[in-house]
Amino acid sequence: MRAHWLWITAAAVLSLAGCTGGNPNSKAIMLLVDTSGTYATEFIQAQRIVNYLLGTLESGDSFGVAEINSESFTEKNIVVRATFDSRPTTANAQKRSVLEATQKFVDSLSKGSVNTDITGGLLQALEYVREVKANRKYVLLFSDLQEDLQKKQIRDFPIDFNGVQVIAVNVTKLRTDNIDPREYQVRQEQWKQRVETGGGQWQVVNDLERLQSALL
Amino acid sequence: MTTGDLIMIWTDNRALSIFIWLVLILTVLYFARPAAHGVIDSFTRMLRNNARLAARSLRALEQRVSQRNRAVLLGDGRNVYERSIEREFQRVSTLVGRDLAGFPALERELRQQIASIEKDYRDAIEIPPMPPAWHNAVEAIARIPPNGDPTYVRVLTDVNKAFKRASDRALEETRRSTTDRHTILLRMMPFWRGVDRSLERVEKKIESLEERSKTIDTQFETYQEIVAKTDRAERLLSTSAVTQFVISGAVLLIATLGAFINFQLIALPMSEMVGGNSYLFFSPQFALKTADIAALVIISVEVAMGLFFMEALGVTRLFPVIRGMDDRLRNRMLWITLGILFTLACVESALAYMRDLLAADRAALTQQLSGMDVVTPAFRWIPSVGQMIMGFILPFALVFVAIPLESFIHSSRSVIGTGYGAFLRFLIFLARAWGNLVTQIGSIFTHLYDAIIFIPLRIEQALNERLERQYASAEYIPSVEPITTDASNENLHPIMETQRGDPEYQFEVVEEPKK
Repeated sequence: MRAHWLWITAAAVLSLAGCTGGNPNSKAIMLLVDTSGTYATEFIQAQRIVNYLLGTLESGDSFGVAEINSESFTEKNIVVRATFDSRPTTANAQKRSVLEATQKFVDSLSKGSVNTDITGGLLQALEYVREVKANRKYVLLFSDLQEDLQKKQIRDFPIDFNGVQVIAVNVTKLRTDNIDPREYQVRQEQWKQRVETGGGQWQVVNDLERLQSALL
Repeated sequence: MTTGDLIMIWTDNRALSIFIWLVLILTVLYFARPAAHGVIDSFTRMLRNNARLAARSLRALEQRVSQRNRAVLLGDGRNVYERSIEREFQRVSTLVGRDLAGFPALERELRQQIASIEKDYRDAIEIPPMPPAWHNAVEAIARIPPNGDPTYVRVLTDVNKAFKRASDRALEETRRSTTDRHTILLRMMPFWRGVDRSLERVEKKIESLEERSKTIDTQFETYQEIVAKTDRAERLLSTSAVTQFVISGAVLLIATLGAFINFQLIALPMSEMVGGNSYLFFSPQFALKTADIAALVIISVEVAMGLFFMEALGVTRLFPVIRGMDDRLRNRMLWITLGILFTLACVESALAYMRDLLAADRAALTQQLSGMDVVTPAFRWIPSVGQMIMGFILPFALVFVAIPLESFIHSSRSVIGTGYGAFLRFLIFLARAWGNLVTQIGSIFTHLYDAIIFIPLRIEQALNERLERQYASAEYIPSVEPITTDASNENLHPIMETQRGDPEYQFEVVEEPKK
């Protein structure tokens, strides 16, 4: 009888041990910052978003910042990336270094890029958020959504956004949008279609106060 | 075929067709009346009987539960009073042991004091020296009046002088003796006081013993009532159990709040030890942080150690194994649990300090992220020290949870049992009410059925009255016949039915016409 109980207890302990794992609500966020000429004045906002996100992310969450310029699908464009340690003190130290890196990046931006390869940046971001194996994956697109590719670049192919939520933040209106506002709507609609066709979710957050609820 | 077609089956005239259907249905219902009444009656009777059966079963269960409750209540009460009387006897034993140990010394002291008093008393009653025996003779000579003889006068004068000297000496001796006796009496006073004090001490001890014996008497009376299983004892214990349940429940609630504060103190720094990204999954939707579980485990261990500590101390009686241990082993267990508690208290204190550091680091990061200069507040050490002290004290405070927990467990058995009994009584009431309701509904349906076919019934009644009138006009021989509702028997007529629709056999005088 005693042996039976020992077996049962051992099985219970093993099953409990088998049930352990990482944070079920772990997040992976990649912030893509558009550094093209039409958007160069908005970097302060990007810094605010980074600060806000660093304040809300927890141990086990992953965060990265990448630049969208003329050629975005490259590792060089990743400014900083980190998966926060399970110990809170180490995680805080990592956050400080991420903050420092992004501040340096923002300070180094003197003039905008000639072209805007948003698709390349998205591909790079998708690769990152999938790599870290988080349960909730977000790509924050800090851009005016105006893609301007180089002639040789091929970007018109379907992209797999499955399981990823793409949030366009601070989508500013261009001078041409003021002449014909439909262009602004069409631009947003095109990106929405592209993301949703690829199996992802699309959301636009222009008010940064609403970003918290969007990331829940 | 639709319903409309079915209605119009007799004729194309809708009204006529409906009328034919009505006549047909009423005719069928009229002839099916006894059977329909029987069905309604059987159905309601079945439901009512089932309800009664359920009520009877519940009553039996309720009685068993009541007996069980009574047995548990009296058993618990018996245990409590046995413990209480045992403790009182222990106190008396301690009192007697302590005081009786001092009684030989006290007795010796008293004896010495009494001996001293006796000696002093004897000394005090020493008879003062009397004047010399020739006193009377000399006094007689001294009273002889002088007759002028100078020798005689001289002799008498000398005698007088000698006598005065002797008297003075005697007086002096008497005074000295009286002073001595007064001195002796004065010396006796401390002994008297000593005796008085000793007797007062004895009186106090006796009074204390008397009070204890009165308490034991009162408790023993209640105990006897419990053993005799009287209703008064049951009422007394029931009230006591409810009071204990409420009080211990309130104290446990307070202890739970204390444990929650304790948890808050150590949960955050635990993530530094076991990692803040580790979760334990109970289901895909429900997961708990391992750090939180670790904090809960620490608190649970503290509570468990507190229970063992109190048990080893003999305050609670939750674990018969510990209670039955050898005194030396129990003492060892007491010290081990105290050591573990002390270690856990130190760990908690350190964790509380760690929590403060983490909170400060987090606050600094938040300030940095919001673009502010990092400022360290003044007197930061006060909350740090406060948290450390709380972290150290709370584990020891949780030790005392054992006392209300024991009361709660014991009283909850009686209170839950009483509640269960009340619930069963409520179910019995519901079953009975349901039985009555079903009977009433059956009666309503029977009357409703008759109300639907009131036209054929009125026709039947009119025909019966007409027949009666015809019979009345003729002469009949009185006879006695049973009357039932059985339609198959033409000679029997329903004159009365019970509320349930039971055919009731009655006898009525029927006059038969003369042939």
